Amino acid sequence: MMAKPASALAKRADELMNWIDKRLPVTAFWNATMTGYYAPKNFNFWYYMGSLALLVLVMQILTGIFLTMHYKPSAAEAFASVEYIMRDVDWGWLIRYMHSTGASFFFILIYLHMFRSLLYGSHQKPRELLWVFGVLLYLALMAEAFMGYVLPWGQMSYWGAQVIINLFGAIPSIGEPLTEWIRGDYFISDATLNRFFALHVIAIPLAIMGLVLMHLVALRENGSNNPDGIEIKANKDENGIPLDGIPFHPYYTVKDIFGVAVFLLIFAFVLFFWPEAGGLFLEHDNFIPANPMATPEHIKPVWYFTPYYAILKAVPDKLMGVMLMGASVMVLFFLPWLDRSPVKSIRYRGMWYKVMVIVFAIAFVRLGMLGMATGTPAETIEMRVWTFVYFSFFILLFFLSPKGKTKPVPDRLTH
Amino acid sequence: MNKKTVSLIFSLVAMLSASSPVFAAGGGNLESAGINVRDVAAIQRGAKWFVNYCFSCHSASYMRYNRLAEDLGLDEDMVQENLVFADVKLGETMEIAMRPGDSEIWLGKTPPDLSLISRSRGNDWLFTYMKTFYQDESGGWNNLVLPNASMPHVLWQMQGIQKLSGSGHEGEHGSDSQLVLATPGRMTPEQYEGTVRDLVTFLDYLSEPAKLKRKNLGIWVMLFLLLFAGVAYALKVEYWRDVH
Repeated sequence: MMAKPASALAKRADELMNWIDKRLPVTAFWNATMTGYYAPKNFNFWYYMGSLALLVLVMQILTGIFLTMHYKPSAAEAFASVEYIMRDVDWGWLIRYMHSTGASFFFILIYLHMFRSLLYGSHQKPRELLWVFGVLLYLALMAEAFMGYVLPWGQMSYWGAQVIINLFGAIPSIGEPLTEWIRGDYFISDATLNRFFALHVIAIPLAIMGLVLMHLVALRENGSNNPDGIEIKANKDENGIPLDGIPFHPYYTVKDIFGVAVFLLIFAFVLFFWPEAGGLFLEHDNFIPANPMATPEHIKPVWYFTPYYAILKAVPDKLMGVMLMGASVMVLFFLPWLDRSPVKSIRYRGMWYKVMVIVFAIAFVRLGMLGMATGTPAETIEMRVWTFVYFSFFILLFFLSPKGKTKPVPDRLTH
Repeated sequence: MNKKTVSLIFSLVAMLSASSPVFAAGGGNLESAGINVRDVAAIQRGAKWFVNYCFSCHSASYMRYNRLAEDLGLDEDMVQENLVFADVKLGETMEIAMRPGDSEIWLGKTPPDLSLISRSRGNDWLFTYMKTFYQDESGGWNNLVLPNASMPHVLWQMQGIQKLSGSGHEGEHGSDSQLVLATPGRMTPEQYEGTVRDLVTFLDYLSEPAKLKRKNLGIWVMLFLLLFAGVAYALKVEYWRDVH
């Protein structure tokens, strides 16, 4: 009795969907990218990071919109307007902490996401461009974070920006004019803050969204890699469906919802109970308004830049330091061609690769810690050692990967 | 997730947590302030000390009087009578009459605004700072955590006068051990410590008035997310039943 009106309604809905599909291929798109898109069934912990990074991107954009409604991009008012948000704007403190905690978590997720690639060879053929778009995204994210960090106009915002922009001054002949062009002034000033605001809220977010789209299109083209590093498309059933694949929706959408829940638990814990993260996420000196006349005792960038800052500081010569720091990021672009191993996953590479990846991870973390230290002579020596290790990883990878020992790779996923 | 991955993550986390970001400013050994920001009575007492002893030179430009009244459960008339001296409205921020240019001439340095001092200096620094004023050889005030501080010891009548003992070099064990109470004040050392603790509790509140609300809300958010994670996990298990 009750079914009749419901089915009439369903019929209407079908008609509407048909009408739309003839004009905009919504159903075809959904089938191609979600229900008809087969992903390997053995994703583990490391495969949550991508969807979580997308979640954080959306969160940063939404909270950013609300912050923009109250923030004043002028040297005279910026610091006070942030405190106004923290104290007088309804729920302003929550929005601001979501944004500041989100920035740090974005980097945590991206670093884990990139490390996953080292573990399972996700950058290897045929996913080289997927990786390159990822590194471009990482660069855009660094620019976005750097400029966003300047906006609260605290002491460390100001002096951090001063130090970072002065790095461009090391470039011969064009260095000085270049720094002035970036700042729009002879020193970090109102003009700098204003343009950084424009870049932070419009230019770079647009670039990031475009790059995310390219990253996802490139991902869907070949499908995800997996912890075994085996192409699931090599084994298909009679209908052309990968034997080791499962539809992305609903299997991975429900799994990612669980991932979101666990991530938000950690995120909310930091946000509500530890938003400064002991001075790592929000630095103590940034609660002092920017003062061009008083240099802080110890200038350092935020934690997610400190590995590169340590590489910069490890070199006595400024120009050489800047070049080495640039090289430490740029080398990432070449990873797909440096890694010439016939095997993708760390599971089927020899002990040599396991040792290299672990030592590389330790070098990166250690460099990050040293980058925020005060720079005693002993620390400087240690920075040089880890800088050497950092670059050695890529060089050794190029020479060892074609002939390094590997184990036989199974035809099908293991579990 | 296999065992190797787990041990790798653990070792990385262990290395990361070994780093201890420290407050940039302030040397020597800091005493733990041991404050409890949920102690509203302590914040109220601290507010009174603040208004009577700090507020003539230090502003709190980001704080509004009526916010103070609301958060501390005081009625507005009481705040107007007890905490507001000048002829200002309760919706205004806590500014001082002294102009920065004047104070620089009179005191050598413009006293900093204290709205965020607890977040830039840290509570332990503030606690130790207020406890380690002493009279040096010149007869003027000096301080162990901020040597040659421009600020005189405003609370000296309460604490009394401390002097440096022995060599005067930085001691190994805590800052207090180097100081002796030469002239007792109106309060016992324990009472004075309580006063300073109240003041620091107030400054902690002042630096982030939303802190209490933040922590209270956080508990509910965490509880909700726990429940949500449970439901999401059950849903995942149900859907994945047919994946082998």
